[in-house]
Amino acid sequence: MKEKPRVFPAPVRLEYRASAGRGLSRFLASLMEGRIVGQRCPLCAKVYVPSRGACPSCGVALGGDVAVSDTGTLVSFCIVNIPLADRSLPLPYVYGSVLLDGADIPFPHLLQGLPVEEVRMGLRVRAEWVPGGERTPSLESIRCFRPTGEPDAPFEDYQEHL
Amino acid sequence: MKKARAVAIVAFAQSPAVRREWARDDVELLLPVIQAALGQAGLRKEEVGFTASGSSDFVTGLPFSFVLALDAVGASPPIEETHVEMDGAWALYEAWVRLSLGDVDTALVYAFGRSSLGEPRDVLGMQLDPYYVAPLAPDAISLAALQARALLDSGRATERSLAEVTARSRRNAKANPNAQLSGDFLPEALLDAPYLVAPLRRHDCPPISDGAVAVVLAAGEKARAATARPAWIRGIDHRIESHGLGMRDLTRSPSTALAAANAGVSQGSVDVAEVHAPFSHQELILREALGLDGAVDLNPSGGALAANPLMSAGLIRIGEAARRVMDGTARRAVAHATSGPCLQQNLVCVLEATP
Repeated sequence: MKEKPRVFPAPVRLEYRASAGRGLSRFLASLMEGRIVGQRCPLCAKVYVPSRGACPSCGVALGGDVAVSDTGTLVSFCIVNIPLADRSLPLPYVYGSVLLDGADIPFPHLLQGLPVEEVRMGLRVRAEWVPGGERTPSLESIRCFRPTGEPDAPFEDYQEHL
Repeated sequence: MKKARAVAIVAFAQSPAVRREWARDDVELLLPVIQAALGQAGLRKEEVGFTASGSSDFVTGLPFSFVLALDAVGASPPIEETHVEMDGAWALYEAWVRLSLGDVDTALVYAFGRSSLGEPRDVLGMQLDPYYVAPLAPDAISLAALQARALLDSGRATERSLAEVTARSRRNAKANPNAQLSGDFLPEALLDAPYLVAPLRRHDCPPISDGAVAVVLAAGEKARAATARPAWIRGIDHRIESHGLGMRDLTRSPSTALAAANAGVSQGSVDVAEVHAPFSHQELILREALGLDGAVDLNPSGGALAANPLMSAGLIRIGEAARRVMDGTARRAVAHATSGPCLQQNLVCVLEATP
């Protein structure tokens, strides 16, 4: 005799408050002002963007804020063919790692303004900000990155940051 | 097999327990504590042979929070590292095993818990058996109240004896700058308070605390080089009881008694004991299981009733006991840590001034 398995629902729900911490909070606040800040490690001098509590290589607290440019170099990317993060985007679209000028850690964001077959490593890009009144303390304050039209950066300039 | 080397605790640092650590994230909370412990031991991070941590993603509500927390250690270039999803006392046990093997001489053990980010009563319910108990959604305080009721019904404790535990813990905590709750309270006055979950009153339960702790272990000559008076681990053991609450006598802690026997608690007089009892009645159960008499200085720090950062409070007990051996207050100390509902899992550690 075949018995049907018995099933009972056991819903679980936990609610949490979140706090971003000191370093990340300053980064998020800078986005509200249309700026990007990172923090410099006092030992290895690397500039982390977004800011974080400690240098993961050195295990020490990061130093004061360092303003970094909203312009940088696309160091790697992927062409997205399935709607995942944002269903409002027409497919395919490009998500990439941007090494901002003055930073040592690439920064993931959406790339627009170029046919996907022309996207390449070394492409120079700039942040497109949402208008001041609409910004939130989140990466959504940057709508996307777009090509600046400058010549591509040479590979040697970013090879350590792939 | 050659005889295991003597291993000692040589440094201990903790953050003051607070009701809510809101400004700093886990890494920012841990960093000064880890640096203080390494500083005490005179160790640079490159000299740490093994790193072990205890925490729970359920406490912070963040997946892989223990991986993110490694930023506070400086884990690049890669280090030898492990994590337990429970109190840091069990991470210390793992580090002790690793040092006993003989190829590594020093270990950093840390733990952290920002309990305030979630609702600890509900979060701790997530460790219950998922078929028979968890769907009933009992919270941690209700389960402790069941245990307390069973103990009162056994005739081995009274509501007044519970209040006396809290009064002494809070009084002891006055001398502990890292404690969250302290002060002078009369047991009679405490008994006037309403029940939170009968028979427990709010003061029978631990405060919700955020905090972090770090301990440094060293073996043999490395321990002697780190500090003049290491707290040598003479015995350490941990045992577990049935997950099924109905299959246990909640008024006794046989796992603590067994761990205590294996760790050698009764093989000498005990000057100080730091017992991890988040609820007042649990101290009475543990005292009996550990065989501690009235001469023992019990929880001079104030214990978990004075500060209870989840996943850290057990390792803090070991650190507090070790500190008293290191500063010469105690010659022989016992530390205990618990994990799981109603004292399910228990660890006992005996620390001595001589190896």
